[in-house]
Amino acid sequence: MEKSTLATRTGRRIESENSVLVIGGGIAGIQAALDLADKGVIVHLVEKEPSLGGRMAQLDKTFPTNDCSICILAPKMADCYGHPNINVLTYSQVIGLEGSKGSFNVRVLKKARYVDENKCTGCGECLDKCPTRNINNKWEQGLATRRAIYIPFMQAVPRAAIIDPENCRFLLEGKCGVCKKVCKREAVDYEMKDAVLEFEVGAVVVATGFDVWDPTSSVEYGYGKNANVFTAMEYERLINAAGPTHGHIKRRSDEAEPKKVAFIQCVGSRNVQTGHPYCCSVCCMHSTKEAMLASEHVEGIKCTIFYKDMRACAKGFDEYVERAKKDYGVEYINSDATVHGQTDGGNPLVSFDIVGKSQTREFDMVVLATTLIPSSKNVELAKTLGVELDPFGFFKVRDHVFDPVDSTREGVYLAGYCSGPVDIPESVAMGSAAAAKAMEDLMERKVFA
Amino acid sequence: MSEDARVGVFVCHCGTNIGGCVDVPKVVEYAKTLPHVVFATSNLYTCAEDGLSSIRDSIKENNLNRVVVAACTPRTHAPLFQSTCEEAGLNKYLFTFVNIREQCSWVHMKEKDSATEKAKELIKMGVARVELLEPQEEVQIEVIPSAVVIGGGVAGMAAAISLADQGFPVRLVEREKELGGFVRNLGYIWQERREAVGALSSMIRRVKNHRNINLYLDSEVVAAEGFIGNYEIVIDTHGEQKKDKVGVIVVATGALEYIPEGLYGYEQYDNVITLTEFEILAKNKKLPKLSSLAFIQCVGSRGQDKSYCSRICCNVTLKNAMNLADNWKNMLGLEEAGKVVESIPVEKAIPAEIAERRRGRMGRRDREAGEKDEAEVAPTRLDIAVFNRDIMSYGIEHELTYNKTKEKKVRFIRYTPQNRPKVSHEGDKLVIDYWHDTMQMQMKMMVDMIVLATPLVAQPDAKEISRMLKVPLGQEGFFLEAHVKLRPVDFATDGIYVCGTCKGPADIPEAVAQGMAAASRAAIPLARGYVQPESLVAFVDSDVCSGCGTCIEICPYNAIRKNAEGVAEITVAACKGCGNCGASCPKNAIIMNHYTDNQILAEARAALQAVNG
Repeated sequence: MEKSTLATRTGRRIESENSVLVIGGGIAGIQAALDLADKGVIVHLVEKEPSLGGRMAQLDKTFPTNDCSICILAPKMADCYGHPNINVLTYSQVIGLEGSKGSFNVRVLKKARYVDENKCTGCGECLDKCPTRNINNKWEQGLATRRAIYIPFMQAVPRAAIIDPENCRFLLEGKCGVCKKVCKREAVDYEMKDAVLEFEVGAVVVATGFDVWDPTSSVEYGYGKNANVFTAMEYERLINAAGPTHGHIKRRSDEAEPKKVAFIQCVGSRNVQTGHPYCCSVCCMHSTKEAMLASEHVEGIKCTIFYKDMRACAKGFDEYVERAKKDYGVEYINSDATVHGQTDGGNPLVSFDIVGKSQTREFDMVVLATTLIPSSKNVELAKTLGVELDPFGFFKVRDHVFDPVDSTREGVYLAGYCSGPVDIPESVAMGSAAAAKAMEDLMERKVFA
Repeated sequence: MSEDARVGVFVCHCGTNIGGCVDVPKVVEYAKTLPHVVFATSNLYTCAEDGLSSIRDSIKENNLNRVVVAACTPRTHAPLFQSTCEEAGLNKYLFTFVNIREQCSWVHMKEKDSATEKAKELIKMGVARVELLEPQEEVQIEVIPSAVVIGGGVAGMAAAISLADQGFPVRLVEREKELGGFVRNLGYIWQERREAVGALSSMIRRVKNHRNINLYLDSEVVAAEGFIGNYEIVIDTHGEQKKDKVGVIVVATGALEYIPEGLYGYEQYDNVITLTEFEILAKNKKLPKLSSLAFIQCVGSRGQDKSYCSRICCNVTLKNAMNLADNWKNMLGLEEAGKVVESIPVEKAIPAEIAERRRGRMGRRDREAGEKDEAEVAPTRLDIAVFNRDIMSYGIEHELTYNKTKEKKVRFIRYTPQNRPKVSHEGDKLVIDYWHDTMQMQMKMMVDMIVLATPLVAQPDAKEISRMLKVPLGQEGFFLEAHVKLRPVDFATDGIYVCGTCKGPADIPEAVAQGMAAASRAAIPLARGYVQPESLVAFVDSDVCSGCGTCIEICPYNAIRKNAEGVAEITVAACKGCGNCGASCPKNAIIMNHYTDNQILAEARAALQAVNG
């Protein structure tokens, strides 16, 4: 690994006492970074994925306005990347944090992308020529494939290709080299090495988001066995115009358009057995949105939502659910539901209770509102940052009530889902709040320095 | 036109949002035939980095001096494309946005051919307009580096403390005699049985001791004039008025509890009280002696009167049910100094402070505190029931409390809006008639007290603040933020921010986080020290103006005044470019920069030509 000193892309000189580290390039981290950068603070924004955007970039639309998610997010991603005060480090992770509030030493591992992101224009020529196909596209929830060199997604920022070293023939066997040959910008660099960057900051904002619970292990929903059972995140990609089916809702078994879709709530959440007894706060609303959108994609589609409590509890949310019922004919059934087998045609059979009586109904497709859980990387990151996690694995908040963005270490602040369930506007507000706390630390240092 | 216009047209597919309906390649070919168009292309997403770089590159390669983007809405995307033009050295006002998504593909989804024709016509209009555009210069205006926060509840205090800690002087204006707002009503906060008043006090101490905070209690902001960076405000303290200047304004005026007049026997039976009244009694250790009580959720909310869910009431109920289940003897005063008193009568009367509070409401009839019968029943356990539609215990702590509450044998009984429980009175007891859904039968429950969980409602005088600051109220009278998803604490008006329950129900941590968020946003112009307003403002031709004053009357932003020569003059920084003055001027003396008559007529002509073939 090479060591290198730091310079921002725009070549601006960095004053450590006036800079902040933001970890996570989703909407919460982007908001924190923009608020600070707009005040003249230098921000190092570290994102583990090769693009900014986080989870919001994967969603089709947002409740309760049905605004296109990427359409409102993309300008913020571009603002962030183009901001003269923000040093965006994608495909990177924080590996060390020493020091204390006002003066931290940060170490960041910038992984080799094998493509120079400043040279690459994202033209995509190499993508078509790469002979290594059919690699599972995780960003598309496995519903599409990609090549060994790829651009994470259409609106990726930076829009630059990246080589997957586990699948690239040249990196594995020293044979091929097609992408390098076709790149007119000479951006492909097989010799690129991981690099460790070191710099100083006055404060840290953690905004690393969440993982989605994998329902494969759970027998009661048939996921993985019944092809037509989807997770909500898969469904978001299915209804997205830029997704694997260009916005057409198709069954996995026969690519047919479903006419009857069941949405099952609280999959993996509000459940002590899964270790996630809490409510993930957003699933009632995203399922309502997804059911509404179904009828914009398939005429006459009939959607049924099985729920425990319909938690439509913020501005305009309850009204949104009423609209789903009245204007979109979405049926809400207050019951637990499970998938018990399927018909010969691959239609999932959903069992539920009405007034204590057990019933079974056939659907063409089932969408599981799988719960959102602490990131699997939290344990390691918490250790690196010297902060505590709560019993579930979220970053622990020092005082839930009066210091909602303080971690257990002074000078390290939390925003978004990494410290517990929140929706997009709350994540944005927390991003700003964490930025305010970071700014206070910088000012304190200035005053007493 | 000072130079030959060289127009570039960029047509966006917006995934399939436009491309799925409008024949984009055809539209591009058409655009190439329009006068002055030297370059036209399409992008899958013009807003994505490749789309933006295609704009930048073509400006340079084709020496473009005008740019038209035909895509979505200028509301979200104009700034992005304008700054892209600037990056390529083109004045951002030499750009025109044509909306072919909201105003074309989305509304003509099923008429693909006509939508394609319409897209062509809209682009033709845009090209006709862009030719005539002039570059505009932008000015920088200095910012007064201080803030006023209106409202001293937890959101306002959090905002004030954060702004002050970021180094800016803050005036915190609270109309009550004390800080704390709604939270002062509460007994305990959260589930840890922390006393609200105690927990608040450290926050209040910080506000009072902060050298950057000037506290105005018993005071109101009664006037505010100006614009971002330069507001003149008037603070009224008991009739004594003080003028002041600030750069930004944070609105944190809070909310009130809904009064459930005529619902579930409220004000008809003494022991039917609201959740807030219950909190006050718990705080003052004045809860009557009870052996049973029921909470009824969604009283007056979720369509019963107000349309919305008030977010916090379920969790306040859970907190109280939990505290009661764990600690009822202490809360009801049955346990003194470790000694459990075995037989204390159930009290049926509501304590004096609640009666006092109800009497104090304007326009309400006075009522007596009720009779104080000594009853015979000695409580040996406390039965708690919660009538609910859905329990809104979102997140971690609330849901875990819900689970614990169920373990404590608190009964949760679901009702539907078609079948609400009914409250009556029978002997010493209140009676709840309800439909038991699992049993499929009508049932009765006798209780000593009923607590109605009513929603938070907007402050009635939010309207006045809305008018004074010219910021919008949304449905149900709560303040309306700039964007529900991505700008939760901004107003659409620059320089004014909003946080806490005045924009909708929120719990304490949420209100505090919003307060700090508003402080972060508000500190941006303060830290920069200047603002750069748009230059799309009105301009008065003083040779033509007759000084009639029509425009001064009509301007919604107070941006026009009569100058020494007796003619109208625009305050550039306050002008929002709305055009009201231009349209109303009888002498045609007001020109709207960037929307001149010529530019608008050229567009109209292009539209008519298109219609006439």
